[in-house]
Amino acid sequence: MRDLFVEIWESVKRNKLRTSLTGFAVAWGIFMIIVLLGAGNGLMNAFLRDSEDVITNVMTVYGGETSKPYAGYKEGRYISLMKRDMDLTAGPLFKDHIDNVLARLTRSGFNMVYGQKSFSVNLTGCYPLQQQQAGFKILAGRFINQKDIDEMRKVVVITDDQARNYLKGGTNYKTLIGRRVNINDFSYVIVGVREGFENEGDSAVYLPFTTMVTQFNTGEWLDVLSFTFHGLETEEENKAFEKYYKSVIAGAHQAAPDDESVVWISNRFTQNMQVNKATGMLNTALWIVGLFTLLSGIVGVSNIMLITVKERTHEFGIRKAIGARPMEITKLIVSESIVITAVFGYIGMFMGMVACEILDKTVGSASVDIMGMSMKVLSNPTVGLDVAIEATLVLVIAGTIAGFFPAHKATKIRPIEALRAE
Amino acid sequence: MQIELRGVNKTYNNGQPLHVLKGIDLDIEQGEFVSIMGASGSGKSTLLNILGILDTYDSGEYHIDGVLIKDLPERKAADYRNKTIGFIFQSFNLINFKTAVENVELPLFYQKVNRRKRHEKAMAYLERLGLKGWEQHYPNEMSGGQKQRVAIARALITKPRIILADEPTGALDSKTSAEVMQLLKQLNREEKVTMIIVTHDQNVAAQTDRTIYIKDGVIGQ
Repeated sequence: MRDLFVEIWESVKRNKLRTSLTGFAVAWGIFMIIVLLGAGNGLMNAFLRDSEDVITNVMTVYGGETSKPYAGYKEGRYISLMKRDMDLTAGPLFKDHIDNVLARLTRSGFNMVYGQKSFSVNLTGCYPLQQQQAGFKILAGRFINQKDIDEMRKVVVITDDQARNYLKGGTNYKTLIGRRVNINDFSYVIVGVREGFENEGDSAVYLPFTTMVTQFNTGEWLDVLSFTFHGLETEEENKAFEKYYKSVIAGAHQAAPDDESVVWISNRFTQNMQVNKATGMLNTALWIVGLFTLLSGIVGVSNIMLITVKERTHEFGIRKAIGARPMEITKLIVSESIVITAVFGYIGMFMGMVACEILDKTVGSASVDIMGMSMKVLSNPTVGLDVAIEATLVLVIAGTIAGFFPAHKATKIRPIEALRAE
Repeated sequence: MQIELRGVNKTYNNGQPLHVLKGIDLDIEQGEFVSIMGASGSGKSTLLNILGILDTYDSGEYHIDGVLIKDLPERKAADYRNKTIGFIFQSFNLINFKTAVENVELPLFYQKVNRRKRHEKAMAYLERLGLKGWEQHYPNEMSGGQKQRVAIARALITKPRIILADEPTGALDSKTSAEVMQLLKQLNREEKVTMIIVTHDQNVAAQTDRTIYIKDGVIGQ
């Protein structure tokens, strides 16, 4: 092995300029692959703001509007979800697929008072699973739990932004836990501070759903119903289930069973499937662009290997005359090609990763306003170890291909002809 | 009989066919010191290349130690050239970017001998050929005679049973030529290596035990 590297080094040393010029093309190709994939990742990450904590097997149901006349009603009737829809969802009809059912109800225009401070807030009555579904973090204390629901406790979870206002700019949220606030003259205990996404309009104060219903007399109504489910693996299965679910809810509201617009269902599982598909396609497209860029580098390496073979024909003749098997000659050329490709490829990979870091530090922290919402352009635009390994594989394969044809040419020439060459 | 040729023919097909060897019959025994003489174009170099399995022949038979050497796959031919046959060329054919000792080591490299062992062996052969102190020199830092001695060391290092020399003194002055011939003669006597030398120099041929004359592709007298 060491002998092989000595041979390669001797050969490369004699053609420094030529080797580095061609190597540059390879480095550039890999650089492009890394930067493209990094930027692609950043773009996807920005869209799918850290979704690792979010559970995906969730359907969320919203009230809709009928599109067909039925049972004496005209079309265009608004359908609001009610407590009994929740019971129906949790009932025996769907027990094969549905696990947990929860509801959410938001009402605006409340006044929350803490000491001398007072704000207007939205209140959202919810269930414990809300946190996992929405995917926010608890920064201090805890979220609403089942006991809160059962006992209709008067507890609230506020956002970090609200907490900071109480604390005069501080971030020691812990000190707020257990403190009392007044909402419309009722006293509540703060049990948790959560991460809120205020710039995305997420500033709701959470309290137990049951407390919300009894305290604010919201009756049978609810805004949003959602449930976790299992056993629906394909898009077709999900579609069929959604259709069946809609027909049941429609029946409960005296609407046509085949009326698809009675309720709206947002299915995070199939959305996720589609996003994954899109991510996959984007990645594939970026790989293809990158590989084509790399291709010119590979052709370059192949080209210099051909020149090398031509220049070294006489030397190979000598080697053959003293007993080098064809395989030895092939090994010499292919491994030289792989080494050139790999060394410059890694330089390119390193530069690409540096470029990704620079991108992260500059564009990564910039954000643009789209329709009143602030959005990051790129979030963590870097590539993982998997890409580095794949790129290594690509380099080795590319180097082998680049070296193969010149090597074949070198072994094909008969020793006597090789010895005559000069 | 170590080397046995029966009716060997060779035709080159470059443009118009050139019948170079026209039925060569030749026997050479183990340990012989033979020269092949002939005018240029007589086919003597072609014959040597066929003997060294560097070139192929069209018809006839060539045996080494009773084994038919015909249409060998390149891998087998390489093994013969590595272990059984040693070459000495007129133009030395040393690898320019390798030092003297690296050049001598090379055949052992292809025998997968480990690096320390082949280095020791190559150093010993260079010393034996009077090149002590020149081991780390590159070919272009050496005189013709020195280069040829490096080439001889390279040919000897695998202990071949046949050494084929193509005009070994062709590029050397007369004094150095005499030294090289003396060396080859000595190796033939000491190692019992079969030595076949192609030359057109009468003085060289005179120092061998037998001279084979070749003219227009046939062996004459």
